[in-house]
Amino acid sequence: MLNISGLKEGIVLDHIQAGKSLDIYYHLGLDKLECQVAIIKNAKSNKMGRKDIIKIEGDLNNLDLKVLGYIDHNITVNIIQDNKIVEKKTLKLPKKITNVIHCKNPRCITSIEQELPDIFYLSDEKTETYRCLYCEEKYGK
Amino acid sequence: MRHLLNPLDFSVEEISQLLDLASDIEHHLPKYAHVCDGKKIATLFYEPSTRTRLSFESAMLSLGGSVLGFSSADSSSAAKGESVADTIRMISCYADICAMRHPKEGAPLVAANHSSIPVINAGDGGHQHPTQTLTDLMTIRSLLGRLNGMTVGLCGDLKFGRTVHSLINALVRYPDIRFILISPPELRVPEYIREDVLKAKNIEFKEADNLDEAMPELDILYMTRVQRERFFNEEDYIRLKDCYILDKAKMKLARETMFVLHPLPRVNEISVEVDSDPRAAYFRQVQYGVYVRMALIMTLLEVEKPC
Repeated sequence: MLNISGLKEGIVLDHIQAGKSLDIYYHLGLDKLECQVAIIKNAKSNKMGRKDIIKIEGDLNNLDLKVLGYIDHNITVNIIQDNKIVEKKTLKLPKKITNVIHCKNPRCITSIEQELPDIFYLSDEKTETYRCLYCEEKYGK
Repeated sequence: MRHLLNPLDFSVEEISQLLDLASDIEHHLPKYAHVCDGKKIATLFYEPSTRTRLSFESAMLSLGGSVLGFSSADSSSAAKGESVADTIRMISCYADICAMRHPKEGAPLVAANHSSIPVINAGDGGHQHPTQTLTDLMTIRSLLGRLNGMTVGLCGDLKFGRTVHSLINALVRYPDIRFILISPPELRVPEYIREDVLKAKNIEFKEADNLDEAMPELDILYMTRVQRERFFNEEDYIRLKDCYILDKAKMKLARETMFVLHPLPRVNEISVEVDSDPRAAYFRQVQYGVYVRMALIMTLLEVEKPC
């Protein structure tokens, strides 16, 4: 049994698919923050069997939840204040994501003009399909 | 200010108005000879094109305007590494409207995002070619007198052929359209056209290998060239380039009221013996292309229709 101390103020990202926590760590830019971050991998879960959890300390207004919604909108976001969960945020698939993924189409203008922002839009919510804004190529997760 | 990047940028109603204007231009050409006096179009062609570039230039000259531009990336600052965004900012100072062809998909969108003049997509990679679509729609409407209630056969390279994708997208907005998609298995329409356009909109279509069998059912046969420049592998191109050749024998299988269209250039997919058949409409299509581009330039420049 591993004990991680409680969080007075911050965010807990729960129900992360096992093995995905490091991807999220980098996508959210947590490696660039100076606050304490705990990554718990392969925690036991009644719902999921195994899951990952990320605990992030401090005020996290600049955390891009859109990115999180794109990566996995089933993740639970718990806002902690004074050691208590004060809010549970549900994630949605964002309509548009910028500079999260890169178009793989070699014919896309972004393949030669690298300063262009990588913009993808949600073209089909049911199938969770995103397409490149420029060439409309589908992005396979 | 409006751009034309995708055939669907215009509603069915707007396309109808545009085709009405193009038709009026066709029948009263002299009256439009000076409506764009003093206006300039920049034709920014980053890859070779004869028909589309000259069609735009002919259209603007026929409206009384003038033309500037380049016809290959080598003769532009792109060769020095200039971005599309910078090029269009510069061109916006020189011209009133521009038509851009680019081998990379989405380049005209980038241009439109940084432009202070209307941008017309004159073809971007294998993506969109909206003015060809407008030309196709005008040709079909002029020949058949309608854009609904027809069976359209699309034959050849349906995978990389952007004109095919754009035409399907445009035609599914009209009622009672049926498609027969004739191609070798390797060159079938992309999955997004099949799933997101045809199936999603409940459009009747079938995919076929055999052109002969499809011929008697068609109101329009839209032939396409297998394009060398869209292949990364020369062997695949050589294997597939001669898969369908339309000749007199095949034309005998077709209705007397069917018309053959082709975005051109053709290589050998339509035998020259078909050219004299009254149903061969691909050169008339080129002429319609000029009228429709004239109408488009007037529309985007918000030029009043002359009395």
